[in-house]
Amino acid sequence: MILSLTGVGKAYETGGTRVEVLRGVDLAIGPGETVALTGESGSGKSTLLHLCAGLDRADSGRIEVAGQDLTDAPDPRLSALRRQTVGLVFQQFNLIPSLDVAANLAFQARLAGRHDPDWIAALADRLGLSALMSRYPEQLSGGQQQRVAIGRALAIRPALLLADEPTGNLDEATGDAVMDLMLELGTEAGAGLLMVTHSPRLAARLGRRVHLAGGRLAA
Amino acid sequence: MIRAAFTTLLSHWRRHPLQLAGLFLGLALATALWSGVQAINAEARQSYDRAAAVLSQDRLDSLAAGNGQDFDQKVFLDLRHAGWLVSPVLEGRWSHRGVPVRILGVDPFTLPSGSLPDAVTGQDRATDFLSAEGLAFAAPQTVDELTRIGAEGLPPLVAAEGMAPGILFVDIGVAQRLLRAEGQITRLLVAPDQPLRQRPLSEVAPALVRQTPVEQADMGALTGSFHLNLTAFGFLSFAVGLFIVHSAIGLAFEQRRPIFRTLRALGLPLRTLVGLLAAEIMGFALVAGIAGIALGYVIAAGLLPNVAATLRGLYGATVSGGLSLRPEWALAGLGMALAGAGAAAAQSLWRLARMPVLAPAQPRAWTRASARSLGWQTGLAGLLALIALAAALWGEGLVAGFVLLGALLLSAALVLPGALAMALALGERLSKGVIAQWFWADTRQQLPGLSLALMALLLALSANIGVGTMVSSFRLAFTAWLDQRLPSELYVTARTEDEARRLADWLAPRSDALLPIWKIDGTILGRPGEVYGVADHRTYPDHWPMLLGDQTVWQTLARGEGAIVNEQLWRRAGLHLGDPVPLPGGATRPLVGVYADYGNTRGQVIVGVADLVALYPDIDRLRYAIRTDPAKVPALRDAIEDAFRLPQDHMISQQEVKTISLMVFERTFAVTAALNVLTMGVAGFAMFMSLLTLSTMRLPQLAPVWALGLTRGRLARLELLRALLLAALTMVLAVPVGLLLAWVLLAVINVEAFGWRLPMHLFPKDWLWLGALALVAAALAAAWPAWRLSRLAPVHLLKVFADER
Ligand SMILES: Nc1ncnc2c1ncn2[C@@H]1O[C@H](COP(=O)(O)OP(=O)(O)OP(=O)(O)O)[C@@H](O)[C@H]1O
Ligand SMILES: [Mg+2]
Repeated sequence: MILSLTGVGKAYETGGTRVEVLRGVDLAIGPGETVALTGESGSGKSTLLHLCAGLDRADSGRIEVAGQDLTDAPDPRLSALRRQTVGLVFQQFNLIPSLDVAANLAFQARLAGRHDPDWIAALADRLGLSALMSRYPEQLSGGQQQRVAIGRALAIRPALLLADEPTGNLDEATGDAVMDLMLELGTEAGAGLLMVTHSPRLAARLGRRVHLAGGRLAA
Repeated sequence: MIRAAFTTLLSHWRRHPLQLAGLFLGLALATALWSGVQAINAEARQSYDRAAAVLSQDRLDSLAAGNGQDFDQKVFLDLRHAGWLVSPVLEGRWSHRGVPVRILGVDPFTLPSGSLPDAVTGQDRATDFLSAEGLAFAAPQTVDELTRIGAEGLPPLVAAEGMAPGILFVDIGVAQRLLRAEGQITRLLVAPDQPLRQRPLSEVAPALVRQTPVEQADMGALTGSFHLNLTAFGFLSFAVGLFIVHSAIGLAFEQRRPIFRTLRALGLPLRTLVGLLAAEIMGFALVAGIAGIALGYVIAAGLLPNVAATLRGLYGATVSGGLSLRPEWALAGLGMALAGAGAAAAQSLWRLARMPVLAPAQPRAWTRASARSLGWQTGLAGLLALIALAAALWGEGLVAGFVLLGALLLSAALVLPGALAMALALGERLSKGVIAQWFWADTRQQLPGLSLALMALLLALSANIGVGTMVSSFRLAFTAWLDQRLPSELYVTARTEDEARRLADWLAPRSDALLPIWKIDGTILGRPGEVYGVADHRTYPDHWPMLLGDQTVWQTLARGEGAIVNEQLWRRAGLHLGDPVPLPGGATRPLVGVYADYGNTRGQVIVGVADLVALYPDIDRLRYAIRTDPAKVPALRDAIEDAFRLPQDHMISQQEVKTISLMVFERTFAVTAALNVLTMGVAGFAMFMSLLTLSTMRLPQLAPVWALGLTRGRLARLELLRALLLAALTMVLAVPVGLLLAWVLLAVINVEAFGWRLPMHLFPKDWLWLGALALVAAALAAAWPAWRLSRLAPVHLLKVFADER
């Protein structure tokens, strides 16, 4: 398994009240498997995704990514995991504003010590970014920015690709194009994919679909 | 509606208390430093005015001897007979147990009406003044001081509020007794209304010259340059403080853009919004200004004793050591606070006024450098550099010097962001690792948000280097000069001419040489000056180097065929070698040499001692310099005391003179050093505020890097490193700017203000210290924001990706 969750729980504390967002989530994703995560707004999808990426810690249960247990891993281990194993795409603000497209694309791969210029050039070509390499994020459209984010995540050939509404800010046609690229390149690389989406149409294009409600997953 | 809008706007500050504190502290500090300096200046100026107003010297003409010496009171009677309405005054320094006072003796019967100080006429005991024993009026603090040391021999002391400190106001008879100047007067006050028929002055008293008030010793003019220096420093601190205010206001505006948009969308007119924000800022300025004035009062009270000591040592001006609260400077300080806050807010308000209602609400422009504003800044910097150059080439006077100084500093500050951006771009190009590259690029992007604080740091650092170089160069020149100038081991002053003669006879076989030090005070080229006579002895050619002329001048002086003058007189008069030097009383001697004379504000002429005696036969011949083995000095002193009953305070050794001179020197610059430190502190604080505010706005830039696998601890260390790097780069630029500043101070400002030019020396070790200090300041400023980052809960970083922004 690339990703396995057992009985994961998470609550937020705000102003004295405790909101239980996740109450025992179980999920397993294998290599090359693509899973859509749906649910109402505020149901905890982003929270779940963040836990899987080691960006935040679960209160209970167990999360394993590529065989590594995240439960008690120290901060440097989690950081290393994010560098090496996980590709992340958020809805927006993925890119590092001070670096140009080329540097953004290569950033994580170089952090991970797995910089492969040919692979990145190929990705840029496939993503249609070749002409934009020396631009800065603020000079790109939303769809272009998302394509850079996807390219950056794929540049490390991640074992696990996590995406939180990657096309939420894009129009339908652009969103579809970005989606195609992600699915195509992701599966080519053999990565497991967990993607949050609101759109049933997009969810249908993935291998499997899980629905988050009341803090638990249902198929 | 207005009230609701106003509370909405104010709610921002409740959620950002640190920003509020920064704004408040910045304004208060700026106001404090400015008004503190102003308080000192106002106090000193008041003291001068009072001193000048004693006896209406500031209004009445007077008659004095052309050679500046006291003269016989018989002249007074002659003039009265000839129809002149004049009144005699005897003035002199008198010291009692080490407390010096200026004695001012007047004749109440002939004094022009209305010229007695109010402080004296207001007293009910004014009539007792005329009684045989008389009364002595003085400022309350002077009365206290004299009472404390036990003032026997003085008439009863009366405290008169409003009199200048250090002056004792007595009947002329009492003054003649105290000053041992029986039958002598210093000058005659001329009543404004004179009878039509009177014999001309040249007939009755040819030795006297009529002086208008301006020609009389004017403390204001002498000390003006010192106060201008202080004001310049106060202004620098104020400007540095405004950097803080500007960045705090700018940030508060950017962060409130969503609120502005909503308020405008809900129907609040733009004009009302701008008005409310202006009112808010003025409210802050008022409160912070009042706090700043209170703080300024504390600063001024702390510095004033040093300033008073400096002014007494350097100019002989007496300034009271106590500070009184004056509404003038308090109001002026408040005005500065309001104007400063207005200036700092103007840009933000103007931007807001031009902003379309639906401008994107996300804070944006603040951290992003537009290449255009960088170019605009660099252009302005170039223009200012040209102004500085023009002032250096063609400017004249102290004002041009300060224009040069101001333009230079401002130009350097404006160049800084561009220069740093270039250095960072270079670093980026040269770096290999991915994190290093990101680090350089990210630093460059942060530059606009930090540049104001860095400019403040640059100003503080270069002011430190400049002033430090000037003071240290001055100290080197001064100590070397003291060694040359005081070759004699012991100086004695006899009480009477008779005693002086006996002393000289007694000393001749007991010392290596006995050199008379005789002088007269008088007006030289329209300003108070002094003429000394030197003996023909190898001490002088051996020790005194000439700035202009060679060592043969001493023989010329001995032959009575020339004069040498001090540098300040030479510069002021624009003399050339061979030009006639006008001496008090009308004689002239050709100029044969120029010598350095640091720390003296008066013009000085030296002629041969025989020449001096021939020119001024009734000169006081009381003072001698003794050459002897330094080890024998204490024994010799005791022997003189035993043989002549001469009090120890009539003798002073070379060592003591040097110690006193150096002390005066150190105190002179103690104030400057204190202001320097304060300016550094303000700059450090500016940096801290900027880093702190940036740290909250920087999350969108840091969050992706963190998400991709850099730990918060690592990011925090990089933040710290960034602050150090920027401070170090700023320091690198500060060194040349500071040296340029030092040059301006030494070669322009000093010459204009004091009349001497000093050689410049470099003190690289001081720079290292200062650099280390700057790094420590930067590290301290960055420590707290960096620590916060290392502890930041991931949730806050994650919000960057989740928030609808
Ligand atoms: N930092 C936080 N503090 C307190 N509560 C939080 C925090 N972050 C999220 N929540 C709460 O947790 C719940 C789940 O939030 P989450 O962002 O995971 O929802 P989501 O399913 O991604 O919603 P959306 O579809 O709108 O993105 C929400 O009720 C939210 O209010
Ligand atoms: Mg979400």
